[in-house]
Amino acid sequence: MTVAQEPTALNFECETGNYHTFCPISCVAWLYQKIEDSFFLVIGTKTCGYFLQNAMGVMIFAEPRYAMAELEEGDISAQLKDYEELKRLCEQIKRDRNPSVIVWIGTCTTEIIKMDLEGLAPQLEGELGIPIVVARANGLDYAFTQGEDTVLAAMANRCPSQVPVTENEKSERNGIQKLLNFGKKKEDVAQEESEYVNHPPLVLFGSLPDPVVTQLTLELKKQGIKVSGWLPAKRFTELPVLEEGYYVAGVNPFLSRTATTLMRRRKCKLIGAPFPIGPDGTRAWIEKICSVFGITPKGLDEREAQIWEGLEEYVKLIRGKSVFFMGDNLLEVSLARFLVRCGMTVQEVGIPYMDKRYQGAELAMLEKACHEMGVPVPTIVEKPDNYNQVQRIYDLKPDLVITGMAHANPLEARGINTKWSVEFTFAQIHGFTNARDILELVTRPLRRNNELKDLGWDKLVREEAKI
Amino acid sequence: MKLAYWMYAGPAHIGTLRVATSFKNVHAIMHAPIGDDYFNVMRSMLSRERDFTPVTTSVVDRNVLARGSQEKVVDNITRKDTEESPDLIVLTPTCTSSILQEDLGNFVERAQIEAKGDVMLADVNHYRFNELQAADRTLHQIVQFYLEKARKKGELPTGKTEKPSVNIIGISTLGFHNNHDCTELKRLMADLGIEVNAILPEGASVHELKNLPRAWFNLVPYRELGPMTADYLQTEFGTPYVDIAPMGVVETAKCIRKIQQIINEQGANVDYEEYINEQTLYVSQAAWFSRSIDCQNLTGKKAVVFGDNTHAAALTKILSREMGIHVVLAGTYCKYDADWFREQVSGYCDEVLITEDHGEIGDAIARAEPSAIFGTQMERHVGKRLDIPCGVIAAPIHVQNFPIGYKPFLGYEGTNQITDLIYNSFTLGMEDHLLEIFGGHDTKEVITKGISAGSDLNWTKDGSAELNKIPGFVRGKVKRNTEKFARDRGIKDISAEVLYAAKEAVGA
Repeated sequence: MTVAQEPTALNFECETGNYHTFCPISCVAWLYQKIEDSFFLVIGTKTCGYFLQNAMGVMIFAEPRYAMAELEEGDISAQLKDYEELKRLCEQIKRDRNPSVIVWIGTCTTEIIKMDLEGLAPQLEGELGIPIVVARANGLDYAFTQGEDTVLAAMANRCPSQVPVTENEKSERNGIQKLLNFGKKKEDVAQEESEYVNHPPLVLFGSLPDPVVTQLTLELKKQGIKVSGWLPAKRFTELPVLEEGYYVAGVNPFLSRTATTLMRRRKCKLIGAPFPIGPDGTRAWIEKICSVFGITPKGLDEREAQIWEGLEEYVKLIRGKSVFFMGDNLLEVSLARFLVRCGMTVQEVGIPYMDKRYQGAELAMLEKACHEMGVPVPTIVEKPDNYNQVQRIYDLKPDLVITGMAHANPLEARGINTKWSVEFTFAQIHGFTNARDILELVTRPLRRNNELKDLGWDKLVREEAKI
Repeated sequence: MKLAYWMYAGPAHIGTLRVATSFKNVHAIMHAPIGDDYFNVMRSMLSRERDFTPVTTSVVDRNVLARGSQEKVVDNITRKDTEESPDLIVLTPTCTSSILQEDLGNFVERAQIEAKGDVMLADVNHYRFNELQAADRTLHQIVQFYLEKARKKGELPTGKTEKPSVNIIGISTLGFHNNHDCTELKRLMADLGIEVNAILPEGASVHELKNLPRAWFNLVPYRELGPMTADYLQTEFGTPYVDIAPMGVVETAKCIRKIQQIINEQGANVDYEEYINEQTLYVSQAAWFSRSIDCQNLTGKKAVVFGDNTHAAALTKILSREMGIHVVLAGTYCKYDADWFREQVSGYCDEVLITEDHGEIGDAIARAEPSAIFGTQMERHVGKRLDIPCGVIAAPIHVQNFPIGYKPFLGYEGTNQITDLIYNSFTLGMEDHLLEIFGGHDTKEVITKGISAGSDLNWTKDGSAELNKIPGFVRGKVKRNTEKFARDRGIKDISAEVLYAAKEAVGA
């Protein structure tokens, strides 16, 4: 555990799982915005509703395309028929919002009372005429961002399985194709095609804000790689075609179920790469995709160096400093790897769940980064115990703790710099372009506290308070 | 099942946690899945707590689902007992654990054998009670537990304090302006020469609870939290209580007179009339305000009030009785206690609305078109959409409703704060309208004031052009009246002619 041991290989531990994180149903907050024609129905209790209402803050007032199907005592004791109840609510949603898809989010309660959502959905779908996708994003099984994983895994099964047959004139029917080529003449399209290397179709998975989608798509285009589609697309009706043998690559570290579904159910080939977070990660991600397609990457050296140069003003603030990840959103390994490259020492990487296969390339890259930067390799603590972690934080006195809001203020009051981890989930952090935003977040507490440091107000709890 | 986007009162366990974490050195353990500990975030963020929120989770996961919690809950209780030596651990069921129907009572008994501190199971049913009811129950449960314990050990002190004294019951964490109210009440009691025997639950230690019967009376400022405890103390120890919220000039005087009566009955000889007079006329600015020209201008202006029982009832009375404002609608989301609310506001408003559905109150506001709204954060957003100013008077609230500055709602300083809040809401609205009347270039679309109610009518081009010429602040009303006119006469398309016909016919 201590820095003195200087471990050389990644060390994995598993604690009690007594940690704070967001409930996975929080994924509706960003997914309903991403998938513009969707409606998310969370089937749960007041507790779920209260969480969403508070966690989403002002978004709640913007007539969101999500709602709770709030279970009442009659639902729990099976006095009311689930099917009839869901039908009633979904008809109302169809009437009021007319979405292209209704996503049912199963919760802890539907698990416990064993409500057969997967069984009810196809039947109701037939009756209603709207696709119903079921995702069991519950707190019994998953943490925070894994909610998106369950939704995307369910959506992967809904992707069309072949490009429409009439290729020539009517190929316009292919939604993505139509969108990408929108308003262009045929010749232009043909010419554009020639900018790409001939490679098997590549579909990327993971929900990112549209600007980031464009950035990453263009980044690959520079290498002559064409992105045939994204899971999810802007609209449910535009889900990408997935044929057997297509290549897929993930953009986020928490998408292991989606990856598994794409491989096993859709017979796609997964490109296991580090994730495009930080300039180092972005470069490695592109290189890995290139290598799979037998392409020699062009200009990545210069591109990465140029980004690092632009980051220097931030990097010098954190170089040589230590960071402790309490763990709550599964981005931890990628962020730790990037921060090691920035010259930080990572003391602990807490993480809710560690898929060593899906994150294999990322883990290897973290280890390599530590060796090359000459810093100890951190312990990765799966299912951490927040109480124990706080004790370790008192011992290690890290320069920065990346943690949830439950611990941030109490740690600040004890003179420990913190960064609220959830911001990494909502900020734009992918690709070369956004590396700056990550460091903007990471250095913010340090910059703020630098300005206040002469005031002598570091510890703001009384002596008798437990430290 | 019901379709819900928003709720006014949280789930039961939030109420239990609010009470448990208000006490000093009390730890709550939730029997809940990962992610249900959002309470910690709220407490840490909203009330900017410096200390770790003493709530942990005994995690319900797949294994628990399959095999039951077995030793897990007991282990978690005893672990917390050794780590932090709390005086009391409250095992808190959640909606999830309610359905699992594990024998949590048994876990508590087993854990109690090993634990040095006390252990109890919060007795709340998730499907029957909301946050507010659960908070009231949990406070009662904890008080009863410690008084019975003291009685069994023969440690109950006998007799009352020498001087008149009070227990202030109902101050809690995450309560709307509770800490400021508490300071104000302490000040008021000091002014009245009354000792504060205890404050519950905020900052109290469970060891002090046995001294509760020593107080001459209990003061329960909030309708939502405390009445059960006060009732219990009255039945058990004969301690009388005052449950008049001292909010507003008239109610504060009423509360003080009631206190006077109660302690004089027990042998004190006090006369607070002069104090009330002095405070009312010269210390609080509210009485003077009600005579000033400013307030005159508010006469007959329309307002809608919505919130919890305590605040909505008090504000309704202040607006109507103390400022001459026309309360067209007063409402509460405390459905379980609706009769009390009706009785309190009867005679002070045109209409009473009891609902937990934010759509219903939103539509009611759109219909009533008040000059100002006094409600929760939800009503503030309704107001934003309708261009009606809103003063926030009750939870649910955001971080800006936990001000650092001194902003009580209770007592004489509270009357000043409320006056500012009310007056500022109205003037802002006036300013807005004046801006629009003079020199405001009118590029806005037609305002649709319905929140969820759609319109089945069609405005023709010249009709809406004409409508747009009407100043913004009456445009909504004209539009609605015209549409009503058209609907009554079966007119589908509203042209300029119809608009003017409506004006002639109904004064739209």
